[in-house]
Amino acid sequence: MKYLAQFGAYLLFLRACFRMPDKWLMFRESFLRELYKMGNDSFLIVSIISIFIGAVGVIQIGYQLIGSLVPMYVLGRIVRDSNILEFSPTVTALVMAGKIGSNIASEIGTMKVSEQVDALEIMGVNAASYVALPKILASLFAIPALVTYSMFLSNFGGALSCELSGMISVDAYVQGLRMDFDSFSITFALTKAFVFAFLITTISAYHGYKTEGGALEVGSASTRAVVQSCIAIIFFDYILTQIMLYK
Amino acid sequence: MIVLADITKTFEGREVLKNVSATFEKGKCSFVIGASGSGKSVLMKCMVGLIEPTSGSIIFDERDFLRLDYYQRKEVRQEIGMLFQGSALFDSLSVEDNVAFPLRMFTNMNKKQVLDRVNFCLQRVKLENVNRLFPSNISGGMKKRVGIARAIALNPKYLFCDEPNSGLDPVTSRIIDDLIVEITQEYDITTIINSHDIKSVFDMGDHIVFIYQGKSLWEGDKDQIRSSDNKELRTFIKASEF
Repeated sequence: MKYLAQFGAYLLFLRACFRMPDKWLMFRESFLRELYKMGNDSFLIVSIISIFIGAVGVIQIGYQLIGSLVPMYVLGRIVRDSNILEFSPTVTALVMAGKIGSNIASEIGTMKVSEQVDALEIMGVNAASYVALPKILASLFAIPALVTYSMFLSNFGGALSCELSGMISVDAYVQGLRMDFDSFSITFALTKAFVFAFLITTISAYHGYKTEGGALEVGSASTRAVVQSCIAIIFFDYILTQIMLYK
Repeated sequence: MIVLADITKTFEGREVLKNVSATFEKGKCSFVIGASGSGKSVLMKCMVGLIEPTSGSIIFDERDFLRLDYYQRKEVRQEIGMLFQGSALFDSLSVEDNVAFPLRMFTNMNKKQVLDRVNFCLQRVKLENVNRLFPSNISGGMKKRVGIARAIALNPKYLFCDEPNSGLDPVTSRIIDDLIVEITQEYDITTIINSHDIKSVFDMGDHIVFIYQGKSLWEGDKDQIRSSDNKELRTFIKASEF
């Protein structure tokens, strides 16, 4: 019952968020600021993680293929599909849940406990929309862009691993990368990225907005936001895979 | 003028406000006083629209706030200025941007007009050369003054002050009190102050409402409060003075 009530409150929060902004000029400024913050500040961590995902993927799959009848260049194809279909969107989203999610929950939570949200409400500003909508919309651009970047970089990380480990030649790996490419993989990955972006920002903003009390509660809200975002990501990962890949 | 008629608020079966009625007139500093937990903060939150009362009416110059739709309420809210206990300045914005916020949000003023108005409001609260500072870089008294400057930026008809002196030294408290009185008289606004500070009440209270256990127990002015024979009020004053 408690979870049902919380889900209802989450939907009501979303309804309040998706009202027309009070002033488009100020909305645009906030949106661009959030877009820059989310994209630019996450660039390095996504780069590092993506390169290592690809690199580790090559070694682990190569380890299983050595001695089998499967030609080694197939490794490139398996790594490519794993990266595009699963690792890049999901791992990037999980990292973003920790980074952006906790940031959003603590930022809005602090605004809530220090009465800044009340100040907005009293002025006649739709506070939920003002504090959350620019973040939600910015994430719908930033996270898919980061996921796209991660897809390229993880495959590059694979090539790097081939060169360093000497398991197979880079040429053979690239041959595998080019083999039987289905562009639907990209559609699938970007669909996941959009859904995950929406989940991360709305769940985190909701927990921040519902914070009451002081610093301790802001910390708890931030933790709850990250945990629930991660659970939602893996749950929707399964649902989307089921719906889109096994029609 | 703000009229409260039979305001009742219940939280999970517990009645926090019980048929509170009061009238707050234009151009006067009205105080809502009472012990902690008496319901005065809930009453103020009801008046500014942060909490919906269970029953009753709140009338802002013949507009019953609780019967207005979302957009009509928004219009009334733009006529309200509020000074918060903790100032509630936006941490991520400079002093100038904090004061400019309601102007940029609700008017079509150009940059120069906004800046002129911001500088006028800051000068009015006797603050200069602080435009570029952030709330974390200024003192508690300065934050309160920036809070007042932001509250008056849109020329409000109603000013609400929640514990304006809390956390301030006596000298700064006096400055803030004087500012509130000056602004109330200068702009002829309806000012409602939620306070524990009995000295401010004696100095400024044109109209005083005493809330006790969720009920409006006594109403009067600063001259009548000293001679009141209401037992609970006398106990409250005695404890506050002590």
